[in-house]
Amino acid sequence: MNLVTISGPPSSGKTAVILKAAENLKKRGLKVGAVKFDCLHTDDDLAYEKAGIPVKKGLSGSLCPDHYFVSNIEAVAAWGMEEGFDLLVSESAGLCNRCSPYIKEIKAVCVIDNLSGINTPRKIGPMLRMADIVVITKGDIVSQAEREVFAAGVYAVNPGAVIMHVNGLTGQGAYELSTLLFDERTKLDTLKGKKLRFSMPSALCSYCLGETRIGESYQMGNVRKMDIKNN
Amino acid sequence: MTQREILQQSPQALIEKYPFLSAFFEGQHWMSKLNPEQSLADLFALIDDEHAEDHAFDVQEFISQLMDFIAEMKAFIGNETFQVHQLSILPGTNKSGEPEGFEKLVFEPRTITSIVGPTGSGKSRLLADIEWVAQGDTQTQRRILINEELPDNAWRFSGNRKLVAQLSQNMNFVMDLTVTEFLALHAKSRMVTDSGDLIMRIISAANELAGEKFSPDTAITALSGGQSRALMIADTALLSQSPVVLIDEIENAGIDRKKALEILTGEDKIVLMATHDPLLALMADQRIVIKNGGIHRIIKTSAEERTLLSELEKADLKQQQMRTALRSGAVLQRDMYL
Repeated sequence: MNLVTISGPPSSGKTAVILKAAENLKKRGLKVGAVKFDCLHTDDDLAYEKAGIPVKKGLSGSLCPDHYFVSNIEAVAAWGMEEGFDLLVSESAGLCNRCSPYIKEIKAVCVIDNLSGINTPRKIGPMLRMADIVVITKGDIVSQAEREVFAAGVYAVNPGAVIMHVNGLTGQGAYELSTLLFDERTKLDTLKGKKLRFSMPSALCSYCLGETRIGESYQMGNVRKMDIKNN
Repeated sequence: MTQREILQQSPQALIEKYPFLSAFFEGQHWMSKLNPEQSLADLFALIDDEHAEDHAFDVQEFISQLMDFIAEMKAFIGNETFQVHQLSILPGTNKSGEPEGFEKLVFEPRTITSIVGPTGSGKSRLLADIEWVAQGDTQTQRRILINEELPDNAWRFSGNRKLVAQLSQNMNFVMDLTVTEFLALHAKSRMVTDSGDLIMRIISAANELAGEKFSPDTAITALSGGQSRALMIADTALLSQSPVVLIDEIENAGIDRKKALEILTGEDKIVLMATHDPLLALMADQRIVIKNGGIHRIIKTSAEERTLLSELEKADLKQQQMRTALRSGAVLQRDMYL
């Protein structure tokens, strides 16, 4: 089985891009499965089901969604292998722009859209910088100049990545992407022992543990203060 | 430069040597409060684990990205490999698996090819094959050659070098900038230094196309439909990196379409145009008929069609004059436009 992790800001078009790419893979007779990680709510699992793609859904609720992802991806991958998928796609929303749920030796795709603002590539951290493939969406509604400026911004942040334009509505570019997602020679046996490409941010303060009151005396653990004077 | 040599350089010295690196360093927020005159090795020494973690910074990753960036930019700048003198398509098959009936379809700079065929006939696939520089690895099995050779893989994978620029009807400007600021930003992303003259040329070219002129200080989002289209065309002609321009219809309203095509071909572009408008289709040097997913016919625009075109152009000119007259509040009279 191949495993691909796909992440990107909310509403950037991840699901649409995956569905269009999966369509092309299924035409080649490949079996595709998906897992959707989100925070509070998602209907994307229905979209996968409608497209005939077996899907599992994980909602992190009150936990950090990326930590939740790491704690669950191994079991999900095992499910995918049991089901006999050729490709399992893991989709997760990037929520704080600091994390990247990417795993070493596992193909990583970041999906961002042309409408998200010209400085966005710089604001997104490892999720964009450490991706192997960057997919830029919604190119059909902005000008050629804006597409070029945006792609140059992505390129400056991640010069090593394959940068592609894919239209999640028409599927333009999705076939091409699909050829990069599945590789016959890649065989995943287990995720056990593999490492994240980058550490998750350190946390664990009193608020992580359920504290709701505001004030110095309630703050314990890993707490950091803004330097208001010299800001 | 080797890795060791790069480490001895300061960001500032690197930018002086390779001005294109300024875009790269702007994205490095881990060094925003550090002195750019210090060598990278010294800067790395200043970073403790906490600082590195805060900025999600990894030394090895940084060095390899920096070296990638320099290597790739050097390969692009002034490299003849990326000048396109000719683009050609070797035939594949249609949806029924039958071979396409041509030997080699050639596109040259300064020429226009129109593409006709019903919706769903395979126009988008043809354009996608060109964009992806297909090598027999798409449904159609077509192969694309650049300058009569197998193309460099960078055409396919690099974010900084795309073969095809696109202009279509539902594109809009979304940035909140004036025309001048916007063009300056585009020029900067293309590593064009000293872009002042170029910006003025783009604006005046756009104003020649648009019915109503706009000033350099107009916000791009405040431009009318015709003005936006005119600016997009002029910008794509003069500032886009891509040698091939793909046009998905140009609407009739408020723009001189003939001049638009002249500007594009004048800048050595290969123009492909999906259209069923006879005025545009006949302006092309050749047209491709798509049927059942394959290229069905390639037609050189005939002498008779050219005569027809000049009649259409006269009618179009009349319409344009009437439009201008209406805009200025005139009452139209039959004998004025005969």
